[in-house]
Amino acid sequence: MPPERREPREAALRHCLQIGVDAIKAGRSPLDVVELVVRELEDNPHFNAGKGSVLTSNGTVEMEACIMDGNTKKCGAVSGISTVKNAISVAKLVMEKTPHIYLGFDGAEAFAREQAFSDGMETVDSSHFITPENIERLKQAKAANRVQIDYTQPIPKAEEETSLPNGDSQIGTVGCVVVDGYGNLAAATSTGGLVNKMVGRIGDTPIIGAGTYANSLCAVSATGKGEAIIRATVARDVAALMEYKGLSLKDAATYVIEECTPERTAGLIAVSATGEVTMPFNTVGMFRACATEDGDSEVAIWHDEPCD
Amino acid sequence: MGGWAIAVHGGAGVDPNLPNERQEEAKQLLTRCLNLGISALRSSLSAIDVVELVVRELESDPLFNSGRGSALTEKGTVEMEASIMDGPGRRCGAVSGVTTVRNPISLARLVMDKSPHSYLAFSGAEEFAKQHGVEMVDNDFFITEDNIGMLKLAKEANSILDSNIRAGILRCSGGEADPNERPPNQRYAPETVGCVVVDSQGRCAAATSTGGLMNKMVGRIGDSPLIGAGTYACDLCGVSCTGEGEAIIRGTLARDVAALMEYKELSLQEAVDYVIKRLDDGKAGLIAVSSKGEVAYGFNSVGMFRGCATEDGFMEVGIWE
Repeated sequence: MPPERREPREAALRHCLQIGVDAIKAGRSPLDVVELVVRELEDNPHFNAGKGSVLTSNGTVEMEACIMDGNTKKCGAVSGISTVKNAISVAKLVMEKTPHIYLGFDGAEAFAREQAFSDGMETVDSSHFITPENIERLKQAKAANRVQIDYTQPIPKAEEETSLPNGDSQIGTVGCVVVDGYGNLAAATSTGGLVNKMVGRIGDTPIIGAGTYANSLCAVSATGKGEAIIRATVARDVAALMEYKGLSLKDAATYVIEECTPERTAGLIAVSATGEVTMPFNTVGMFRACATEDGDSEVAIWHDEPCD
Repeated sequence: MGGWAIAVHGGAGVDPNLPNERQEEAKQLLTRCLNLGISALRSSLSAIDVVELVVRELESDPLFNSGRGSALTEKGTVEMEASIMDGPGRRCGAVSGVTTVRNPISLARLVMDKSPHSYLAFSGAEEFAKQHGVEMVDNDFFITEDNIGMLKLAKEANSILDSNIRAGILRCSGGEADPNERPPNQRYAPETVGCVVVDSQGRCAAATSTGGLMNKMVGRIGDSPLIGAGTYACDLCGVSCTGEGEAIIRGTLARDVAALMEYKELSLQEAVDYVIKRLDDGKAGLIAVSSKGEVAYGFNSVGMFRGCATEDGFMEVGIWE
């Protein structure tokens, strides 16, 4: 991957990681920290969430997000957001201000508008989210007549070298998982979905247990091919393996990625109540970053880079 | 051991004062659906076909909360959702926000079989349905007099509920009412229908369909279309849940039954009991079958409309404990 495509993303991850670390040190709750970090990732146009979201087959943006609190297992999710800057904040408000867990499409947008004066409910024109790179990606996907799982299909104008193998992601869903010094856990995930997806298509991100999950043992956020992550209930299974089979966080996460999802379809980040971190993936790369209290921190993309 | 098995449900959380007449009607419908499924199994239809067939029947009857007879949104409209899962291969399909498709479960099946995705919602789902020539009707078709009345009661009770909360009579966290204080017609508003089947080849399947919560916000999605929450099927079992959506979602109920069998090696009944026991503050129920031909159910709510049958001739329909 050429530096001009890699560096902005690595820099963004470093920046978001620092925001998260600072917030944890300032005593913010894990729930607040994951929201804060994901908002930052949504605002960054280099990732497939918020601004920079991939486009539906109609050339529009339909974003979805989900947040879960490990202690209470309270959760919030939204799908079909098209004019609110930060879908993750809408998800959090659904969790906090409605008797429901999940709102979609017109109903979600209407709710966000009602909450307009709450923090973080800024609405914008949907063109705000659309970037030239994504218009190009959609064009390519249509030309190839396929739905792209991962979409760093090279854009001829932006780079000379070829490609990464089809279907391999380098800018996927965004997510954040946090454990504080007391073992409190939270997870948050946000995405624009799949390039050229059908209007109304919902992926794994807003489905509790698929793309997002947190309980008193661990917090998990997954990325990759939504359909595969849903079928394998990826996020829940990491926790279930720890709970029902006594596996460690690392073993549970590795098992789910290596045994439960097909090659090139999934990756995840996870933290445990005891402060461990793991970030396995079966795709060629996964943009990721982690930091722990003892001062270790890493930003990485490929497999041979140590990060857990 | 082995052989086919089938279970159906019409919702958990039944009004203990439900008139006998309604109880009888419910039992008759459950019996009819079981028999439909049993004939299909005897004709060697596969599990995935049987669950769809049976849930279509439940959707068509206005008695339970799905298809015709669905609960109404706060705006008095119907928004239905459904999901279906095929154990072998764990293929799945789901829809939400369906307003004009006569049988949401069949649309969910179509998403599974004929689209590159697993879950379609709202106008996207309706568009997909149109493209495939699925039977469409007006939204009015699904609305019943009973439910118009129920919506009115729910709104009246909620406004009482809301003013009690505001007056500090009831505690409330973040705008959410204490679930124990839900007005009676919402406490006992069964929310879903479902069917689980294992066929004579040991293949499991599950299907769930609903109109959702009475007086729900427009756009609200519950547990029924969420794979792992309201519906799940794999090589080992098929599960369909009903009850308080929140409890089912955070408990990933349907997946947990299977995960307990898979990772903790519990039997079907043990897994069902474990999962129900753990529902501390939520009220829910579920039906399940295993690839070995067993059938099981459990609920911690006041009643669950259900029926089950196995190849060896066992058949039971019930509402209460």
